[in-house]
Amino acid sequence: MADLQATLLGGEEMEVSFGPQHPATHGVLRLQLKVDGERIVNAKPIIGYLHRGTEKLFERETYPQCIPHTDRMDYTAAATNNQGFVGAVEKLMGITIPPRAAYIRMILAELQRLSSHIIWLATHALDIGAVTPFFYTFQEREKILDLFEEYCGARLTLNTMRIGGVPWDLPEGWTERCRRFVEELPKKIEDWERLLTNNRIWKARTVGVGVIDAEKAIAWGLTGPPLRGSGVQWDIRKVFPYDHYDEVEFDIPIGKNGDTYDRYLVRMEEMRQSVRIIRQCLDKLPDGPVMAWVPKVIRPPKGEVYFSVEGPKGELGYYIVSDGGVTPYRVRVRPPCFVNLQALPEMVKGHLVADVVAVIGTLDIVLGEIDR
Amino acid sequence: MADEKENQSPPPPKKPWEEKPVPPQPQDAREHPLVLEVERACPGRVREAVAFAGQITLKVELEHLLELLAALKGLGYAFLVDLTAVDWKDRPEGRFEVVYWVHRFADSARLRVKAPVPEGAEVPSVVELWPTANWMEREVFDMFGIYFANHPNLERILTWEGFQGHPLRKDFPVEGVDTGAAIYPDVFPPGGGPVKPKGGA
Repeated sequence: MADLQATLLGGEEMEVSFGPQHPATHGVLRLQLKVDGERIVNAKPIIGYLHRGTEKLFERETYPQCIPHTDRMDYTAAATNNQGFVGAVEKLMGITIPPRAAYIRMILAELQRLSSHIIWLATHALDIGAVTPFFYTFQEREKILDLFEEYCGARLTLNTMRIGGVPWDLPEGWTERCRRFVEELPKKIEDWERLLTNNRIWKARTVGVGVIDAEKAIAWGLTGPPLRGSGVQWDIRKVFPYDHYDEVEFDIPIGKNGDTYDRYLVRMEEMRQSVRIIRQCLDKLPDGPVMAWVPKVIRPPKGEVYFSVEGPKGELGYYIVSDGGVTPYRVRVRPPCFVNLQALPEMVKGHLVADVVAVIGTLDIVLGEIDR
Repeated sequence: MADEKENQSPPPPKKPWEEKPVPPQPQDAREHPLVLEVERACPGRVREAVAFAGQITLKVELEHLLELLAALKGLGYAFLVDLTAVDWKDRPEGRFEVVYWVHRFADSARLRVKAPVPEGAEVPSVVELWPTANWMEREVFDMFGIYFANHPNLERILTWEGFQGHPLRKDFPVEGVDTGAAIYPDVFPPGGGPVKPKGGA
């Protein structure tokens, strides 16, 4: 007992397990925290609870069969996962997809980005203690999922892209419903911002928490909103445009201080930019086929290719090595969450235990993708 | 009438997505400006430079790998995009291949660096150059069993401590192996299937 008291009161360091059964850690992330009172001395993320061997599974499936597996990695952003994989195979085979297919892909990807950011906003706010945004945001997410359901029949694991295009044309009236949704959304985003942006409690919990400067962010390999929150203007959609992102106008929002609050602002602005992209896509949506001519059996030539897309979480890359067979020889997924989570110990050092929750939320990790 | 019209005018040229796709061909990239730049910074180390689908791959021997990567870092490639490995099973120059993919922000240049690794050989760790390599190297160690020399904390990352084998090796069965990690052996005995309650039913 005396020893215990000495440990608890003597200001000595103590090790605490945070998760995996903790609501803020998604149930599958464990952090080993070394704490001195309430201060974090060190944090060690322990992952792998959701490892399903997706990369191994890819090696025995044919290329089209691999696409549903990609849905299950970042399960809040299935469309962008599909986009990355089919894009990589198309690059390997030299397929050009019809413009209508590319535009449908962009609409789906941006809707997916919105839905992913909405989940992030709802759960991040909920973790920090703001319960109200959850109810408002999930209403809008429901509408996005309805649009997905109408298009491909699924709400989460969409499996909505094929090598060479998209499987179906848009259903009748879909574009109008999509347009109505994106016309309404900016007002809703404003409402959410009114709940949080100038909220004193929100600012007290986020400003100056989890700071990472640009140089460190690059060294740690951060991509996506965490990198942009630190002030690096970098977006795969601009740097290496895929599909027809070079034909639409959008801005890349950046932060200044690299803290949780700036990353929040970056993501909110990204939602507005996504709305802007979807609007332009709906205006420009060309007619024509939605599938390119592709051979019945997908058999890419020998070679290797790396193709990345700007997922909602960051740079999602696929490195495919083909030996000329019907199944990939090796598929490596560059998971943005895996790399972003690595910077967590750096970001929480010296903060309070309660701030760990804020930093996990601001990194916007999905363990399905980290563990694969 | 409509038939006649079709006969008169030549068929419209095929759109690129209607034609048979032409796969990219590997080309020698020795003369590419990015490769020449690397050659100047680190002469004689690049064994082979190939361009495929617009991406440049530099092949290098394992003993020169760290030297070349350090030179790349010096050239401004401050961002390690990805680090992984491929198992080539029976290749004479080395069973594995480690693959690095580096990025430079100034001109968005990307280079891939590959080095063959014989089984049992140690690869120099690049954590000193790019801290982000830490977990990536741990993952390669976990999945392929490739050791990284001077890594600060080379532990398994996706599987657990004490796991037997390296799942992404080609000789590891997709079905998995018996790991001996039996949880609740009374309910789920080895061999599968829940235990029938005593006394029938």
